[in-house]
Amino acid sequence: MPLWTLFGLLNGNATTAWPHGGDDGQNGLLGMPRFAPERCAAGCEECAAVCPTAAIGVDRDRSGAERLSVDYGRCVVCQLCVEACPGDAAMPSHDWAFGTRDRSDLQLDGPRAERKTQAASRRDFRRSLHIRHIDAGSCNGCESELQALNNPFYNLHRFGIFFTPSPRFADLLLVTGPVTYAMRDPLLRAYEAMPEPRWVMAVGTCAVSGGMSGGSYACGNGLEGVLPVDIYLPGCPPNPAAIIEALLMFLDRAPQRVKGGRFVE
Amino acid sequence: MNVVSIKPEQLIESTARLIADGGRMQMAYAWYPEPGELELRYVASQANNPEFLVWRCRPKGPVPSLTATTPLLGWYEREISDLFGQQFVGQPEPYSLVLHPGAAPILPPLDPSYPASMPMPYVAKDGGIPDVESPDVQRLPFGPARADVVESAELIFFYVGERILYFHPQLFFKHRGMEKRFEGRSLTGAVVLAERVSGVGSFSHALAFCQAVEQAAGCAVPRRAQLLRTLLAELERLYNHLHYLGHLAHTTTLKVGEADGKLLEERAKQINARLTGSRFLRSLLVPGGLRRDLDPQLWFGEALEELRKDAATYTAMLESTNSHLDRLLTTGVLNEKVALDQGATGPIERASGLDRDLRRDHPYGAYAELPLAVPIETSGDAHARSQVRIAEIEASIALIERILLLLTDGPVYVECVGVPNSEGLGWAESPRGSLFYAVHFDAAGKIARVKIKSPSFSNWRVFPFTVHDSNMMDYAINEASFGLTVAGCDR
Repeated sequence: MPLWTLFGLLNGNATTAWPHGGDDGQNGLLGMPRFAPERCAAGCEECAAVCPTAAIGVDRDRSGAERLSVDYGRCVVCQLCVEACPGDAAMPSHDWAFGTRDRSDLQLDGPRAERKTQAASRRDFRRSLHIRHIDAGSCNGCESELQALNNPFYNLHRFGIFFTPSPRFADLLLVTGPVTYAMRDPLLRAYEAMPEPRWVMAVGTCAVSGGMSGGSYACGNGLEGVLPVDIYLPGCPPNPAAIIEALLMFLDRAPQRVKGGRFVE
Repeated sequence: MNVVSIKPEQLIESTARLIADGGRMQMAYAWYPEPGELELRYVASQANNPEFLVWRCRPKGPVPSLTATTPLLGWYEREISDLFGQQFVGQPEPYSLVLHPGAAPILPPLDPSYPASMPMPYVAKDGGIPDVESPDVQRLPFGPARADVVESAELIFFYVGERILYFHPQLFFKHRGMEKRFEGRSLTGAVVLAERVSGVGSFSHALAFCQAVEQAAGCAVPRRAQLLRTLLAELERLYNHLHYLGHLAHTTTLKVGEADGKLLEERAKQINARLTGSRFLRSLLVPGGLRRDLDPQLWFGEALEELRKDAATYTAMLESTNSHLDRLLTTGVLNEKVALDQGATGPIERASGLDRDLRRDHPYGAYAELPLAVPIETSGDAHARSQVRIAEIEASIALIERILLLLTDGPVYVECVGVPNSEGLGWAESPRGSLFYAVHFDAAGKIARVKIKSPSFSNWRVFPFTVHDSNMMDYAINEASFGLTVAGCDR
């Protein structure tokens, strides 16, 4: 009969010190592509043509000049645009910490977001946040990463952040998936059951905008038009460190990395 | 793939002959080769024959149900009824399956004239669940939003005290209409979609899709790409099985065992990311090979060897922990007959004595040239299911280490485009079992239909047979021992 407790103790602490130094565990992971529209060749629409979620578009402004538009809220991190780009206007990157408070911050050079000032109501929750997760039709990729949050490497509890079984005890509703027709009602019922103040987080590109599966006979476009969203975290799926960063950002314990669709180191 | 035309009135007799000859149905689906002209497809494996047999049948009105003699077809027939409106005479469970009661599409949604982006009207209502009249029997509906971070599904128990009399999993809350999303897509876009059918099976799904397209187009994937694909498929098995053991330890409340299993899974995922850029091995596959070459350097072999040693220590400890084994032994027994008849697949069937594995019986990728161990157990309980997976962890790492020795330089891609009016069948032995993709191209060489048969669709059908007449205390352990996903089943 093995001595599990002794075995666990002998193996030492497996939890990373990150984000206070230490390893974030995402060595080699490819994130959202970076764009340098000024390097685009005239008339080139290669990236827009291969994008499976229409996250990339080539529009014309009033003067008729071409303008690249990128909506990271639709990006599924498939890297097809990076491979299709004949020049170096689309580049691979390790930018995965894409949690934002405003949807417009996910649009490349999009309209400047109005800073929401709800910090006062959030302050009481800075050190302890309880989350109710609802799977509204995900592929299980987001769940796999959410489950990883409680493995010894990330150990979400050390931040005072917990998943709770009941929406009655939850401060934050964390939603994954494009919101299927059959999950729409259970999702709304969970939200209704939460005490105020309550917040909503869209995790994964499906929940932010519908992703690959949105807009079919069976599902909508994520939380668009379903619930008010306080944190957007696109990614397919967002890795556990990205989820932690977004939660800490929401609690004013970490900066928002992405502004105007650009990643700030 | 051997495609044979068959008349509706021959279906029952031909099926009886197929089964008598040692064959087994793998899936059934429908599609429209021409507008208004529905065609049913039955895909079967034959004894000692790596080639799959495919029947095509053009129904003129209702066709006989084959469920009475081949129970595993029951869900396929109901799915075809829901999505195509085809009726089956004598179907013993004539209820909707994939579409929830209350969904009211203007047309069956997989009819090509159903608009691609038109949502179905829906008003939730009950249906398909038996009425129980005895006042002593409690009905417990659990879900679709359950405790903890889990996928959405409603589990309905009818029970007396501790005893479960009847169990009904109400699935398909997560039905996203993924098969229709393939229609008209580019091949590269379709691979991205296939990767998102079941996240923890991303690689197997994309692989089965690519192999179906490659079969349709008749293109030969270069050897280096075949070896790398096989390596990646085994990496997928590895992180899934490690997760499985951690989760199983969670249900037997072996806390350190849970933490350690999930830490091993995390290490496997981090190896995936470092090797491929994706923790889920995404963004690599394309019909014709790989999108880019991979270079498994020295660090990879070392990290894998470390993982192998630690996983071996871990599984040996699990296998000698009485409190853990006590909860697994004799829990959720699936006997061989039920496993065969109801269509169990993967580690589930192999734990019930059925010696089947697509990698060996219908080789793809580089499996034909690799020494493959297929572990089999016969007791059919939760312990057998975990033993099979434990043995597969070891076998997977041995395969990967072998592939590292075989890898030689070479191209990883040949051009592969859709051929007009062609079709292909692709398959993979995913971590959870047999996965099939049937792909049909239209006259313009565009994707006209994709049918996905995921392993969890098969195993969810089987699972309730181990729950009826069991007890509540064992339920969570039994469910974990099946290692089911909902996304793959619901699509």
